Amino acid sequence: MLFKIAIKNLLGARLRTWLNVFVTALSFFMIILFSAMYDGMREHAKQVTIDTEIAGGAYWHPQYDPLDPITFEEAHATLPSAVKTLVNQGKAFPVLVSQATIYPDGRIMPVIMKGILPEQNIVNMPTQMLANHQEITIPVLIGRSMANNAKLEVGDTFTIRWLDANQTYDADEGTVVHIMDTENFKLDIGHVWIPLEKAQTMLAMEEEATYVTYAKGLSIEENRGDWIPRDVKFLIRDMEALIEADEPNAAIMYIILLCFAAMGIFNAQVLSIFRRGKEIGTLMALGMTRSRVVGLFTIEGGLNALLAGIMTVIFFGPLLWYVGVNGIWLGVDYSDGAMGIIVEKYLIPVYSVKLVVTTTIVVSFIVLIVSYLPSRRIAKMKPTDALRGKVSV
Amino acid sequence: MSKSSVVQIENLLKNFPVGGDFFTALKDVNLTLTTGEFTGLVGPSGSGKTTLLNIIGGLDSPSEGHVNVLGQSLNNASHGERARLRCEHMGFIFQSYNLLPVYTVSENVELPLILNKVDSKDRRKRVAQAIEWVGLSDKINSRPAMLSGGECQRTAIARAIVHQPALVLADEPTANLDAENSHHIMKIMLQLNQELSTSFIFATHDEKIMTYLRRIIHLDDGQITEDEKIDNPKART
Repeated sequence: MLFKIAIKNLLGARLRTWLNVFVTALSFFMIILFSAMYDGMREHAKQVTIDTEIAGGAYWHPQYDPLDPITFEEAHATLPSAVKTLVNQGKAFPVLVSQATIYPDGRIMPVIMKGILPEQNIVNMPTQMLANHQEITIPVLIGRSMANNAKLEVGDTFTIRWLDANQTYDADEGTVVHIMDTENFKLDIGHVWIPLEKAQTMLAMEEEATYVTYAKGLSIEENRGDWIPRDVKFLIRDMEALIEADEPNAAIMYIILLCFAAMGIFNAQVLSIFRRGKEIGTLMALGMTRSRVVGLFTIEGGLNALLAGIMTVIFFGPLLWYVGVNGIWLGVDYSDGAMGIIVEKYLIPVYSVKLVVTTTIVVSFIVLIVSYLPSRRIAKMKPTDALRGKVSV
Repeated sequence: MSKSSVVQIENLLKNFPVGGDFFTALKDVNLTLTTGEFTGLVGPSGSGKTTLLNIIGGLDSPSEGHVNVLGQSLNNASHGERARLRCEHMGFIFQSYNLLPVYTVSENVELPLILNKVDSKDRRKRVAQAIEWVGLSDKINSRPAMLSGGECQRTAIARAIVHQPALVLADEPTANLDAENSHHIMKIMLQLNQELSTSFIFATHDEKIMTYLRRIIHLDDGQITEDEKIDNPKART
């Protein structure tokens, strides 16, 4: 009986119903989109790191610690045979890491100089831009942020000073051959990339490398000497920790969004219900009990949430899908690493089942609560007051 | 209480709290109404007509005294029991109609039958009959906003009598109507009173209504000042 009356009320109220449903649907949409964008940002950071830096994993020289530049001096050796075979097969590429100092325009800047195989295609870096520059002493590839910080442009030259394997300082002229736009600021900030062979010659470390990055899908080689295999899980552990540490922020953002949504829904529902004080009084005069009045409005709230879910799928679904495929242009370039995490220029939301289900349940629950509470309050009023429309919030 | 009595009230007192004090709306009210009566509670504004009507309808509670309606004491009745009594045996007509604006005429009239869990086939038949009684068959799918004041009140009457209650309570049913519509409405209710033996109690100070009443209970300052029985109402059709 109540369900039948609730359906009649919803269909009969037309504009009021659609306003309530729209507000709820908008809440569904906003929460799902913004939370998905947040998830997408974190997921993207991980994917970009894998795509541009990690690939399938790496073999590290046993002395190598990327967080301790002092180790770079000792962290170099010729490749173990199995690893070298991978490199020769094009399934891996070596990188030689050392500290250096550059002097762009007379200023001094400590950097990490990395020698990389220009012809590699395992990670998404424009290393091929380092090839075919026989006329240049040291061809250099840098990132956009590094270029901005050092005020360098393509073709600019500057002095590079380094310490070679013989503990001798040497210096020569580097020339910027390409400035790469990368979302991974770890390849950009404080880094200069030069051809591997050039680096090996400069550092007097012929045939040597610090680490070797291998392609996705390869298993770890047994014959790798004392080089340490580092899988993707290990290499992104810092990022995972960062994401995990960010969970409370994500939860806070979800709650804030939920509060905004709840306020919108509460306003629309409470306004709707309190405007219907006289109607409630009439229903009570006609013989509807208080519990049935509360039940009626709660069912109406439930149906409201159901219609909002359908409206979200029909009207906002295509928009969510479009944004999920094409991303959202952020309008701000965070590639300088100022955010402390990789942030893409186009943010692609990630819609997880957990997010959609949780949001649906939570928003529906809010709708039910904001339908139940005010109607319970009105139903507790004297019917004579309700009939006169004497309803106050 | 005699077998044919519909309402029996003894020593009714009704106070309303006002600030730290009480306002006495009804005092020493004793009243018995029998089946099929067409009774008016008449008096100036503030005399207690609506309060008495609300107490008879179980919408309000007495402060003191005994109120027995349709064989059920309202003194100790719960909200649910009162609601059930109203639902099954009473009809209400309000001054401002109180039609549900989002419902059509037929849906408004159908509501008491839905609350009484009447099956849909029987509902349709009884709604059509009630709407025919009040002469609104051509407005069956109209919403209240599309109706005149007289048509709205006829819809409210149809809603009040569709489940054939024993008692209909009407609070100033003609206050918002012109003379022609007021007479039309009263004739309809009088006809229903005669055909269905439904008891009607009006709260009114409208002179036009009084000519139709067979019993007039005068109220003044919360007390019954005169109980007038009229054997031959002048305007009866």
